[in-house]
Amino acid sequence: MATNKYPTPMLDQLEEGPWPSFITGIKRLRDEHPDQRINDVTASLLGQLEHSYETRKGYWKGGTVSVYGYGGGIIPRFSEVGAAFPESKEFHTLRVQPPAGNHYSTGMLRQLADSWEKWGSGLVTFHGQTGNIMFIGTTTENTQHFFDEINDYGWDLGGAGPCVRTAMSCVGAARCEMSCTNEQKAHRLLVNNFTDDVHRPALPYKFKFKVSGCPNDCQNAVERADFAVIGTWRDDMKVDQEAVKGYLDTKGRQYIIDNVITRCPTNAISLNDDDTIAVNNKDCVRCMHCLNVMPKALKVGDDKGVTILIGGKRTLKIGDLMGTVVVPFKKLETEEDWESIVELAEEIIDFWAENALEHERCGEMIERVGLVNFLEGIEVEVDPNMVSHPRECSYVRMDGWDEEAVKWFDRQAEAS
Amino acid sequence: MAKEMREPIETGCPDPFQYMHPMMRRNFGMWDYHEHPRPGVLLHVAKNGDKMWTIKAGTQRILDVFTLRKLCQIADDYSDGFIRFTIRSNPEFFVTEESRVQPLIEKLEGEGFWVGGTQNSVTTLSHTQGWLHCDIPGTDASGVVKSMMDELIDEFREANMPNRVHITTSCCQINCGGQGDIAINVQHTKPPKINHDLVANVCERPSVVARCPVAAIRPAMVNGKPSLEVDEKKCICCGACFPPCPPMQINDAEHTKLSIWVGGNHSNARGKPTFQKLVASGIPNNPPRWPEATAIVKRILKAYKEGAKDWERINEWVERIGWPRFFEEVELPFTKYHIDNWRGARKSLNSSTYIRF
Ligand code: HEM
Ligand code: SF4
Ligand code: SF4
Ligand code: SF4
Ligand code: SF4
Repeated sequence: MATNKYPTPMLDQLEEGPWPSFITGIKRLRDEHPDQRINDVTASLLGQLEHSYETRKGYWKGGTVSVYGYGGGIIPRFSEVGAAFPESKEFHTLRVQPPAGNHYSTGMLRQLADSWEKWGSGLVTFHGQTGNIMFIGTTTENTQHFFDEINDYGWDLGGAGPCVRTAMSCVGAARCEMSCTNEQKAHRLLVNNFTDDVHRPALPYKFKFKVSGCPNDCQNAVERADFAVIGTWRDDMKVDQEAVKGYLDTKGRQYIIDNVITRCPTNAISLNDDDTIAVNNKDCVRCMHCLNVMPKALKVGDDKGVTILIGGKRTLKIGDLMGTVVVPFKKLETEEDWESIVELAEEIIDFWAENALEHERCGEMIERVGLVNFLEGIEVEVDPNMVSHPRECSYVRMDGWDEEAVKWFDRQAEAS
Repeated sequence: MAKEMREPIETGCPDPFQYMHPMMRRNFGMWDYHEHPRPGVLLHVAKNGDKMWTIKAGTQRILDVFTLRKLCQIADDYSDGFIRFTIRSNPEFFVTEESRVQPLIEKLEGEGFWVGGTQNSVTTLSHTQGWLHCDIPGTDASGVVKSMMDELIDEFREANMPNRVHITTSCCQINCGGQGDIAINVQHTKPPKINHDLVANVCERPSVVARCPVAAIRPAMVNGKPSLEVDEKKCICCGACFPPCPPMQINDAEHTKLSIWVGGNHSNARGKPTFQKLVASGIPNNPPRWPEATAIVKRILKAYKEGAKDWERINEWVERIGWPRFFEEVELPFTKYHIDNWRGARKSLNSSTYIRF
């Protein structure tokens, strides 16, 4: 039977213009794919999408679909207008975890494409905002077949629902001189320690790990991750004075003054009369700006590690939250270092799982119980790096002051 | 008879080294510096002198297998058979000889994949699922992005902005799209219309009641059946009740609008990360091309390009020139809705005599 091609006058307008058109791509599946099933599914999908464009409404509803052994990882989609567009009435998305850093070989991409056109619609996205490869559009039955096939050659589902979600990490050490840690190792160690919590949603709500190799935070960890790992360094940044002269020669003094020296948030960098650069590393907050402008001349230091910020999330339900510094600096070098970051994550997830209200993100829980109670719960000591400034209001009971002061001095003594 | 089910192999996130370009594998953690030879191209130089050029291109994000295979073929023929996708769905190709850069660019652009999106460009808008495959969207996502990128293609290809511009879109107020220098997000303007016939069947009432950020939902009996009611004076039309309870119909062909926000920035460079701020709302949700939203985005970009200093992101530029001048320059009204009243709002009020004349 010939494919029923629904008219799509509105969508057709999205084929005009220079940017690549997703509509043209879907139509190619409808018109040119050798498998009639794919022609039919994509024709029907276009019909439903056109209907959405006409009525300005969406027509998918959720449901429950999973693969054998797992509780999450599939985003079920059943059509509310399946009678009119029957071939795409089941159109589920599979979330598949990408390799850390999103590296692909063409051989492996082709293998995934072959499996997907066998079992799905032929539509795929690298990547969804949660960081997954999203295989968009298949039936309940084929969800299992597709998963079985790709799981056999090394791919696993990501998270969906109240669980540990797929993690994300920047390209980092693989191709970036700013990198201060092994992003991929942090990413995989953390999320793969929680595979059970990824696949079987049983937490208060979602929990996301994101790793950026430096404070440029290309991965947007601070605003989007419950557990943000961001690379940094604590010794002096490296200055190559010859390369500084190179920049001065090509860009000019004025440019360097206006774009580097005066733009440092803590006035930590200055240009000397002899055209060398001096950095006050005690004042530098590792914002990255001067390194970004002069990557040949200024480089991160050798004593590298990470800052860990907890509790970032978007609007629902109490408004957007950034992550808060919970570990100002942590080395990630020895096996013990790596083990202890995983232990910290376990500690935090356990505390949150026990203390959060239903549907409460980790950051919201911290907001409700207070940072100090959270820190006590996970056995982390307070640190002035955790605040922008100390308390401004005197309405607080402080009869434990003396003991707390002693603890501080003891910790200082121990550290030195 | 039940068929034997296959147990999943719980491998989690795969090891990327097996899929990584050999030059990246070899120089892992050993890169020295980078340069920007031209828009869309990065040159990374390793400590041992190895050089690698990265060529970044734009796609439609929703890839059909034909397009995916085309990208693979280009990678096989012109680079070394490896691809990375950035978080904004831009594929990156890698070559290790300078002479191979130009032919790859020509091939990509010949196939319609524009090269750009690096450094101080407007890179590909990041988008979400929309009408194509989400269950709660107020608008489409891929269509909005396609329409806007058609108009911003020069800014994508040329890298002539003061600094990079990240634009995001979100098709409901959950905002999967996240923070951006400019964010185009759905904004509902009327409380949900409750489909009482459905509530009794599909809704877990306590969980919806708990979901509302302003406690506007109450259990109620309607026509003798358990249902819900919304205190419309309290309701802020956020749509948070809709995902757990589909009968809370928040999406409306006319009253679901778009808002535009500016100044979200997750980098620490020069200042701490910032959240985006509301600048425009009441923008019609107008498929298939959303011209009204695009026009405002272009006005903002034009004012930013003309007014900002090198390296200033949009949030820093506005911080310097002040909000009154921002609204003047982009010809947008300032209304009572711009003044925050959510928790922590007091921090957003001006408690100084810092006023620009
Ligand atoms: C019916 C329920 C939901 C479904 C099926 C769903 C599905 C999704 C999908 C598919 C994405 C990726 C979007 C893309 O890139 O195209 C996503 C991302 C996201 N979702 Fe949901 N979502 C749901 C509810 C929520 C809720 C209630 C929240 C609010 C707390 C939320 C917050 C987010 C955020 C912040 C992202 C961005 C990802 C990130 O920052 O890592 N979602 N969601
Ligand atoms: S976050 Fe830093 S290390 Fe990672 S890719 Fe960005 S600049 Fe490089
Ligand atoms: S990294 Fe930032 S804070 Fe440190 S010296 Fe450079 S500009 Fe200043
Ligand atoms: S922003 Fe909202 S409507 Fe859009 S994909 Fe995310 S959850 Fe769905
Ligand atoms: S739209 Fe938002 S404020 Fe209104 S009833 Fe629903 S959850 Fe509550």
